Amino acid sequence: MSIIELQDVHVTFHERHKTVEAVRGVSLKIEQGEIFGIVGFSGAGKSTLVRTINLLERPTQGRVLIDGKDITAATGDELRKLRRNIGFVFQSFNLIDNITVGANITFALKAGGVDKAAWHDRTVELLRLVGLDSKIDSYPSSLSGGQKQRVAIARALANNPEILLCDEATSALDLETTEEILALLKRINTQLGITIVFITHQLDVAKQIFDHVAVMEDGQIVEQGETFDVFSAPKHPTTKSLVDRYLGIAIPPQLVPSLPAGTIVELRYRGDGALEPLISDVTRQYGVSINVLHGDVEYFGPKPIGTLIVLVDGPAETLATALNTLKTHVYSYRELDRKQLAQPARGDGQQGEE
Amino acid sequence: MDSTWQILQEHLPQALIDTAYMVVISAVVGVVLGSLVGLLLYLTENRLFHPNHVLNSVVGFIVNAIRSLPFLILLVVLIPVVQALIGDPYTPTGGAIALSVSAVPYFARISESAFSEVDDGIIEACLSTGATTRQVLTGAVLPQARPSFVRGVVLMIISLIGASAMVGTIGAGGIGDMAIQYGYNRYETGVLLVIVVILIVLVQIIQWVGDRRARHLTH
Ligand SMILES: Nc1ncnc2c1ncn2[C@@H]1O[C@H](COP(=O)(O)OP(=O)(O)OP(=O)(O)O)[C@@H](O)[C@H]1O
Ligand SMILES: [Mg+2]
Repeated sequence: MSIIELQDVHVTFHERHKTVEAVRGVSLKIEQGEIFGIVGFSGAGKSTLVRTINLLERPTQGRVLIDGKDITAATGDELRKLRRNIGFVFQSFNLIDNITVGANITFALKAGGVDKAAWHDRTVELLRLVGLDSKIDSYPSSLSGGQKQRVAIARALANNPEILLCDEATSALDLETTEEILALLKRINTQLGITIVFITHQLDVAKQIFDHVAVMEDGQIVEQGETFDVFSAPKHPTTKSLVDRYLGIAIPPQLVPSLPAGTIVELRYRGDGALEPLISDVTRQYGVSINVLHGDVEYFGPKPIGTLIVLVDGPAETLATALNTLKTHVYSYRELDRKQLAQPARGDGQQGEE
Repeated sequence: MDSTWQILQEHLPQALIDTAYMVVISAVVGVVLGSLVGLLLYLTENRLFHPNHVLNSVVGFIVNAIRSLPFLILLVVLIPVVQALIGDPYTPTGGAIALSVSAVPYFARISESAFSEVDDGIIEACLSTGATTRQVLTGAVLPQARPSFVRGVVLMIISLIGASAMVGTIGAGGIGDMAIQYGYNRYETGVLLVIVVILIVLVQIIQWVGDRRARHLTH
């Protein structure tokens, strides 16, 4: 039995003059103890979808099951009890600024019906878990972004939830702090066995911690599976575009005019299979020259995905066959246009930032 | 000069007491009932609590209706009501009742806006911990809204001091009454001057205390 199951979930917002179908028929299964990621561009409906899991947003159609139990219609005490079992971490931290860090945690304990006598010890314990027990009497405004998010995580864990929902929990943080928070979440996941659902548009985050990933576009899941599989062989255009933005490497445009003649090709390969043997084979067999212009390797979990940009030239009669051989041995093959390469960059970063 | 001093000695203490009485009573009523009405408006407006468009509109309409009357007109309109309630409307108690009626909707709007300023994200985070509406209100909305709330109280007290002087124009007592009787009717410029100075100092002090308090509550 999956810990979270969404069955044909729809969420439609009615605004004054228009209706927005933010989520359109999503079905998902999330297993106990995994880190499940949802990626997609802005406005895809990721936040809305994840908010249906603790009913911050109620589905207008479909069902939400937690531990096999239909909770879609839960209200009152039942809803509150359910929410104690599901922590929520937000992009903007959402701490109560005018009370201390300790009081923020205690708030959650109170909400969870924890015995008053245990509040202090449990608050210290939770803050220690995130490495901030020294800040118990500080106010949130005196903390850095990363520290605020740690407090928010401690608060979300106050009532020993089985599930932790993170909506862009690292998107407001710098790279280094993002790494720290991801490491903390990973630790929480393995040590406490908490199932994590994590939304992001940063593939950098996705590749580090997701076990499974779902790609969302226009209110629907367009592709899902194991993280490496999805990103190493993207099928849907949205996934391709996310991956391209992330893995995309470019030759400096000013160098392009001075390149010798030949076809410029972008090759992408997965797993440990390095490309040197293939390249030297093709070179030898067809009498073509292959120059590596640029290369990069990214690790998705433990597995690498490599990208190479090469310049291939040779006699006309063998060139086409040579290119074709390359094509059949990599999972992604794209001939690049010189004119386009010579254009100044369009500002697409490598982070897939949106 | 001598008579100015005599007038002040004879009437000022009582006038100050009457004004203080009217302002304090109406401020307390305004804060207590006004924040309850403000809370009702907030809870029925915010989609995270108990949205109720009909209730919100009805209460909002009543609040606006009272607020749209200039205080002097409200005062005159209320004369028969106050008469029915306590007999003589031309007394500080009569004035306090009229001031209270204007203070409640005034503070209802002020507290509603103080509550609405609280980031919905914080409320969502609190609801996500499984907190009840009451726990979210006392544990998060109140501490977050408190600085604006305090500033609102200061604003209301200052405007009540102003309105309490208008109560004087119908002869219900207080320093406004004194200013009319002596400063206006008897050309006692000295009396008027002293009252002006007292008002300025008083308002400055209240503003200063309020600002300090609000700053102290903001973190
Ligand atoms: N409360 C709401 N009322 C009306 N429309 C909403 C509401 N919340 C979300 N929407 C709309 O639903 C769509 C999906 O929004 P959502 O926030 O779920 O996207 P997202 O994938 O999380 O985007 P982002 O990456 O920008 O956070 C958007 O068009 C948004 O404007
Ligand atoms: Mg979002």
